Amino acid sequence: MMTNPGNRLTQGQFSFLPDLTDEQISAQIKYALKNGWAVSVEYTDDPHPRNTYWEMFGMPMFDLKDPGGILMEINNCRKTFPNHYIRVTAFNSTRGVESPTMSYLVNRPKKEPGFGVSRQEGEGRSIRYTVHSYATDKPEGERY
Amino acid sequence: MDEAKLAETTLPDDAPVDLEAELKSSNVQEVLDKLDRELIGLKPVKTRIREIAALLLVDRLRKKFALSSETPTLHMCFTGNPGTGKTTVASRMAEILHRLGYVREGHLVTVTRDDLVGQYIGHTAPKTKEVIKKAMGGVLFIDEAYYLYKPENERDYGAESIEILLQVMENNRDDLVVILAGYKDRMDKFFNSNPGMRSRIAHHVDFPDYSPDELLAIAKLMLAQQNYRFSAEGEKAFAEYIPLRMKMDHFANARSIRNALDRSRLRQANRLFATKGRKLSRNDLITIEAEDIMVSRVFEEQDKK
Repeated sequence: MMTNPGNRLTQGQFSFLPDLTDEQISAQIKYALKNGWAVSVEYTDDPHPRNTYWEMFGMPMFDLKDPGGILMEINNCRKTFPNHYIRVTAFNSTRGVESPTMSYLVNRPKKEPGFGVSRQEGEGRSIRYTVHSYATDKPEGERY
Repeated sequence: MDEAKLAETTLPDDAPVDLEAELKSSNVQEVLDKLDRELIGLKPVKTRIREIAALLLVDRLRKKFALSSETPTLHMCFTGNPGTGKTTVASRMAEILHRLGYVREGHLVTVTRDDLVGQYIGHTAPKTKEVIKKAMGGVLFIDEAYYLYKPENERDYGAESIEILLQVMENNRDDLVVILAGYKDRMDKFFNSNPGMRSRIAHHVDFPDYSPDELLAIAKLMLAQQNYRFSAEGEKAFAEYIPLRMKMDHFANARSIRNALDRSRLRQANRLFATKGRKLSRNDLITIEAEDIMVSRVFEEQDKK
């Protein structure tokens, strides 16, 4: 049984839904801006769940009033990296919070090979499990 | 929007629409009236704003019949002498365009050359883009725009900034409105060396200088906003003051008037201070007398001649 048809990456918000349209993305950004969060665009071709730090596409954007500017930046990033994962992150700088409060994918590679489980035999008959992205077998930049 | 939904919202060809009601629902009239009330003179400017408002309203009605037309270009250029109200009108413009639903947020971002042009290679593009992103959904007001282009220095980064601006003005027309402002002669030179800029700006609005009567009306309005007023003699003295000040150097229309009023407020305070021992009434505190104006340097120089 296929547990995840198409091997779609499920990280961050909305990742089990069909891809967001630009209109829906704008609406989400608007919500972030309304709360005064700084929005930034990030990309990667190594989607391992523990790979927390993706590359930044430009600086985080502060003091914006309208999602138009961020959408422009997302589209620039899509043009530069059409076959990478791209996500939008909203950072809440309130003292004591100081962490990303929203994060969702806005671009995926056309073909997502997904992850494989590898098993390691430990002492006794214990088994250690880990996931491994098939894409990362290839060097950086050639993965998708 | 899918086809069925589109057909539902589109009015039949012979359905009547009410321009009056559309005007009311947009609250534009209120802003236009406020403009009339608070901005003295500036006839050509007001006419142009009215025209733009009319166009956008008619466009909204046309949309009801699914008569699509391209979003009109609303980039503007304000030329005029110092103190003729370019910045004031720009901030009103943002509000008007917001009410008409042309811009989404209706905020005004005021910048000059410093905010757009960087100091070293590769600094300009991100800087300009950041400003543009901040202005999206509103109005980007570039004051003294002719400084952007310095023909005498071919390695100046201003040209790069202009290039990015041009691109955004063309591609993100529904996202932001760019207003350039500057003195007439220098802006003309600026446009002559940047023909691409001229053709992308649909509205060239010239701000005329104020007449003495208009300046007096402006002075009274400014005083009223600060809860002051002229006494009868004070008003007469100020009416005398205006033509004299206009003949002097560095006359900056409404700005000079504001400075003159600030100085007369100083003198008024001084005069009240000098009348020690007498109880002051509310009237004393809000009235600018003739003597507060007559001690001005402007009258002295007149006597010398």
